Amino acid sequence: MAMIPHSTRREKDEHSLHPAALILIPVLAIFLQVYLPLRFPSIQVLNLPVLVVIYFAVSRRSPVAGTLIGMIIGIIQDAMTHLPLGINGIVDCIVGYLAASIGVRVDVENPGSRLIINFAFMLLASVLHIIILGRLLGMHQHWIWVHQLIRAVVNALVGVVLFALFDRMRRRA
Amino acid sequence: MESFLSRYRNPLILLTVVLVQLLGLAVQVRRTPSHPGGEQVSLIRYWVVSLVTPIERIFLFSGHGLSGTWNNYIDLRHVRQQNAQLQAELDRMRLEQASLAEAARQDIRLQRLLGFQQQYVAKTVAAHVIGTSGSELSRVLYIDKGFDNGVRIDQPVITPDGVVGKIRNVFAGTAQVLELNDPTSGLGVILTQTRLRGILRGNTAGQLEIVDVLPDERIEPGEPVVTSGGDGIFPRGMPVGAVERAIADPERNPYVALLVKPAVNLTRLDEVLVVTQTSDAMPAAMQQDVTTSEQKAADILAQRLPGAAVEPQLGPDGKPIDANAPPPPVRPPAPLHPDRFTPGATPPATSLQPGATYPVQTFAAQPAASAPSTVGSAAEPSQSAPAHAKSDSAAAPAHSVATKPDARPARTAGAAHGRKNSTTTSTPANPESQPQP
Repeated sequence: MAMIPHSTRREKDEHSLHPAALILIPVLAIFLQVYLPLRFPSIQVLNLPVLVVIYFAVSRRSPVAGTLIGMIIGIIQDAMTHLPLGINGIVDCIVGYLAASIGVRVDVENPGSRLIINFAFMLLASVLHIIILGRLLGMHQHWIWVHQLIRAVVNALVGVVLFALFDRMRRRA
Repeated sequence: MESFLSRYRNPLILLTVVLVQLLGLAVQVRRTPSHPGGEQVSLIRYWVVSLVTPIERIFLFSGHGLSGTWNNYIDLRHVRQQNAQLQAELDRMRLEQASLAEAARQDIRLQRLLGFQQQYVAKTVAAHVIGTSGSELSRVLYIDKGFDNGVRIDQPVITPDGVVGKIRNVFAGTAQVLELNDPTSGLGVILTQTRLRGILRGNTAGQLEIVDVLPDERIEPGEPVVTSGGDGIFPRGMPVGAVERAIADPERNPYVALLVKPAVNLTRLDEVLVVTQTSDAMPAAMQQDVTTSEQKAADILAQRLPGAAVEPQLGPDGKPIDANAPPPPVRPPAPLHPDRFTPGATPPATSLQPGATYPVQTFAAQPAASAPSTVGSAAEPSQSAPAHAKSDSAAAPAHSVATKPDARPARTAGAAHGRKNSTTTSTPANPESQPQP
C-alpha cells in the first residue's frame, strides 16, 4: 500500500455518491442484513452495514463524516436486536473514523488494499464487540476465534465486490 | 465535498446537533405503551421497527404469492401419490393416538390425584416470520402478528415440532421473538428418561446447552429434552430437542454442559404459533380429536382384519346368543350302560358296616364292538371334554366309598388320564386297569 501525502490524495480522488444513494445504500444493506438470513441462514456471517460504513468513510475521507455515518448505521442495527442500543453504534463509529483516517493516507482504490482494510476492520469490529459486551455490559461469552477469522475473510471478499459496484455509482465531486 | 460542507456548514451543524439530541432523547426516553400490559420501548427502536418491518412484510407476501401460485396451481406432480402416503400415515397416527389416549387419561387422573395442574395449549395465533436481527449477537425473529392480534410479552412461540422461543417485544402489528439459542434466553427443561432438570440457554455459536449439570452416566445421546413447566411460561412436556453430547465447563467445575440438538430448525422458520392462551382442561377440539381417532382406529382395524368382524352366533332357537350372558351349566352325557359309578349303584355310606362285605355290582367286560361306542363319545369333543372333566370330579366321592383297595390304582390312573387328555373318555381301554371284584 503506497503512502501518499494527505493533501494530494484528498485532492486527487475525492468522489461523492448521489444523495439518493447515500440513503438507499445503508437502508438496503440493513434490510438485506435482517431479511436474507431467513432464506439463507449462512448469510448471517456477513456484516453488510459495517462494509457500507467502511466504504462511505473511505470514499469521503472525512473522519467526522465517517463517525456520524457509523453511529447512525450502528444504532439502526442495534434497534433491530434486543440488545442495548449503542453496541453496534460505538463499533461502527470507531470503524468509520479509522477507515476515513486511513482513506486519506492509503490508496484505497486497489482491490488488494480494500481486501486488507476490510479484513482488518472486521477483526477490529469483533474485538470491539468483545470488549463492549464483556467489559461494559458484563455479558461473558465464549468466542470462537476461528469463526471470527473466517467471518472477516468472507466479509473482506464480499466487500471487494461490493465496493466495485459502489464505484460505478460514484461521481467526481 | 469541502464545497458542499462550506456551503451548507451552518444548516449541517444545526442538523447534526438536532439529530444527536434527538438520538439521545430517543435512546433515553421510553415510549409509553399504547396498550395495557405492554412494555415500554425506546423511541428509536420503535421507529426503526416501524420503518423496516412493513418493507419486510411486502417482500414476504409478494414472495409467498409467487411461490403459492407455483406450488398450488402449477407444480402438482406426485400429489396423488403423496396424498395416499399421507392418508396411510394418518391412519397409522390415528391408531397410535387411540392407543395412547387411554394412557393419557390415566395420566390425567393420576395428576389430579396429585393435585398437579397440567397446562394445555388452548389458543394459538399463527404468524409468519418476516425478519431477523441480522446479527449473530442477537438471535431474535420478527413475526407479522402483534398486539392487535392478541400477542403479548412472554408468550411462548412454538411450532408443531417443538419450542422456538418467547415474545420479547410487542408492537402494534409486529412482535419480536427471542429464540431459544440466544445467550440471554433461559428455559426450564427436563430430561425425559433420567428426569434430570436444568436450565437451557444458547451459546455464542447459536447452540443450545443445558448448563450446571452434574456428570451422570445415565445421560446418553439422543435422550429427549422437554419443557419442565416450572418457568410458568411454557406448558409442561413440550419437545425442545435431544441431548447431543456433554462438554466440560471449565468455569463451573465439576459441572458439565449438555449440548442439545433443537427439535426445531431455528435457522429456517417460516411459520410459528404464538400460544396466546393456556387452560387446565383439555380443549374441546383435542377431546374431539381423541374420540374421532378412537372411532377411526376401530374402523381401520376392522378393514385391515376382515376376520375380526365375527358374525354373531345363533342359538338353537335361531336368536343370537348374548355374549355377556352366563354360559349354560355343563352336564355329563347320559351313560351308555350303568356301572358302579352310576349314581345309586353304590349303597349310601350311612348304611355301610365296618368289616362287612357287600356285594359289588360287577359288569361283564364290554364286547369289542362296544368299545368304539365308548370311545365314540370322544368323537363329540364339544360334549365329552367338559363331561369328562366334570365326571372326573363327580366320580371322586364314589371312589372314596369303594371298599376294594385295588380299585384305587384304577381311580388314580383314570383321574390322571382324565387330566392329561380331556378329549378321551375315562373308560380304560386296558383291561388290566379294570376294577376287579
